[in-house]
Amino acid sequence: MKSTVAACCLLLFLLSAAFPCIAQQPSTSPVQSSGNSSSVVSEADASQALNDKLAQLEEKTKAAQSSADNAWMLVCAALVLLMTGPGLALFYGGLVRPKNVLAMMMQSFALMALITMLWALVGYSLCFGGSGSFFGNFEHAFLRGVGVIPNPDYAGTIPQTTFMIYQLMFAVITPALITGATAERMKFSGTMLFMTLWFFIVYAPMAHMVWGKGGFLNASGGGRFPTLDFAGGTVVHITSGVSALVCALYLGKRIGYPKQAIPPHNLVLSFIGACLLWVGWFGFNAGSALASNGLASTAFVATHFGAAAAALSWSLAEWIRNGKASALGAISGAVAGLVAITPAAGFVGPMPALAIGFVAGIVCYLMVTKFKAIFGYDDSLDAFGVHGAGGTIGAILTGVFAQALFNPIYGEKKPVGGLDGHWVQVGYQLAGVAFAWVFALVGTLVILKTVDMVTGLRVSESEEIEGLDISLHGEEAYSSES
Amino acid sequence: MMKVEAIIQPSRFESVKDALVEIGIEGITVTEVRGHGRQKGHKEIYRGREYSVDLLPKVKLEIILADALVDRVVETILKTAKTGKIGDGKIFLSRIEDSIRIRNEERGESAL
Repeated sequence: MKSTVAACCLLLFLLSAAFPCIAQQPSTSPVQSSGNSSSVVSEADASQALNDKLAQLEEKTKAAQSSADNAWMLVCAALVLLMTGPGLALFYGGLVRPKNVLAMMMQSFALMALITMLWALVGYSLCFGGSGSFFGNFEHAFLRGVGVIPNPDYAGTIPQTTFMIYQLMFAVITPALITGATAERMKFSGTMLFMTLWFFIVYAPMAHMVWGKGGFLNASGGGRFPTLDFAGGTVVHITSGVSALVCALYLGKRIGYPKQAIPPHNLVLSFIGACLLWVGWFGFNAGSALASNGLASTAFVATHFGAAAAALSWSLAEWIRNGKASALGAISGAVAGLVAITPAAGFVGPMPALAIGFVAGIVCYLMVTKFKAIFGYDDSLDAFGVHGAGGTIGAILTGVFAQALFNPIYGEKKPVGGLDGHWVQVGYQLAGVAFAWVFALVGTLVILKTVDMVTGLRVSESEEIEGLDISLHGEEAYSSES
Repeated sequence: MMKVEAIIQPSRFESVKDALVEIGIEGITVTEVRGHGRQKGHKEIYRGREYSVDLLPKVKLEIILADALVDRVVETILKTAKTGKIGDGKIFLSRIEDSIRIRNEERGESAL
């Protein structure tokens, strides 16, 4: 369809360009008698005019594509921000006790501001500057050279400014996910210092290795271990999930856990948050096509299907084990499915997307209910059980289900994943997953030790009992006085 | 003077109140309370963790009456608050020494 329209345009253009030449013939004929040279000149003029018009047309086509892509990508950037605030803030806020809800939401919100500052100063450059195997450089520090001209290394049809602001939103939500494991007991000062260091030590290098030019895990850039990660299974969910587990183990349990009942205080908030996450995730995954094209549609559909299948499978598992399907179970399942489909979204078809979601819903349910109970760690809001486990499952299954039909990332007709017969990709995925696990684990441990020495990590016992809203922020979410 | 204290199911409260108004009861104090008698609580499960909720929401009515009215009020509450299931609540009767109207310091039954 597209090519037919283009062909018609070209034909019309050629005709309109040719007509003036023909029309000019009689007027030039008297001159022709005086010599041949001027006729050659006028023919050259005509072909020059034709070339100019072709060049103009090409430029206009490019501008039109850029406008379309840019409009979509700006919307996607806004959608991804919506995932953190209010999406994640509501989701997590509803799961804690009423005395900690503001502190919980404040962490997400503070990260929106903090990471943005870091990103503008050096963060973007450390993720996407230069072409090192492990780290970015300071090429774009203070956003030097980041303007309306596209950066063809990453997204050739949108202003680099758009690419920059879109990627920022990923850097915001990733550390915010970790706050689910440290909920109801970590200092605000400690959280801010931890997140600053975590962004530099874990997120920025990981983003560069997987997505940055020259990164050794970058599949589209010919990395040594090409790990397929469309929208952040390793970079976002494994790093944050594994770091969350390390934080939960290092911080220790909340006072009273697991003997004392600590049920969610408002599942309505969590419900709204989860629905906003689902919608925002379209920006996260479909936007990772970095253009308004067919790949974006593939990722959009896979994202939706993954979420739906996981919501069903988690509910089903719960129904079988408890005799009831809960609202919290359904929304947790949807988030688990969204996590798992994230690395796969731009590589798989709709049926594998359903399969990935279905498996993730059951695995994450078992992680959150069985595994956590066996080991007894207090991953308060299940950041590891959902993001760590879901991200790992998703990353591995991406290697199984990825098809060149949807995204010929290694070149035309070259097999991509297991379904194409390229089973070695599963090995690469495992290598990428293992690397992300170890990297996040070691990095987080070092950061926790450091922060523990500088600001301390946990609030005092009396502050924890009083609640973080009053003890850390001096306010209450629900005032009893009218 | 007597005090009638009735702890009833929240779902029956509106009918009980309407019936009491109908028989001419003028003063009533209502509190939302939590508690349990022989009725046990229920279980809630959040992400696989079970919590037993022992204290259930109830409504407590307090009415101070002249002795002559007590039987009628008790009868009315029994009739309207009953669902026949465990958890319908209880009625407690106790004697009241005196009552004082704050506005004009009237005492005894005339202060009710």
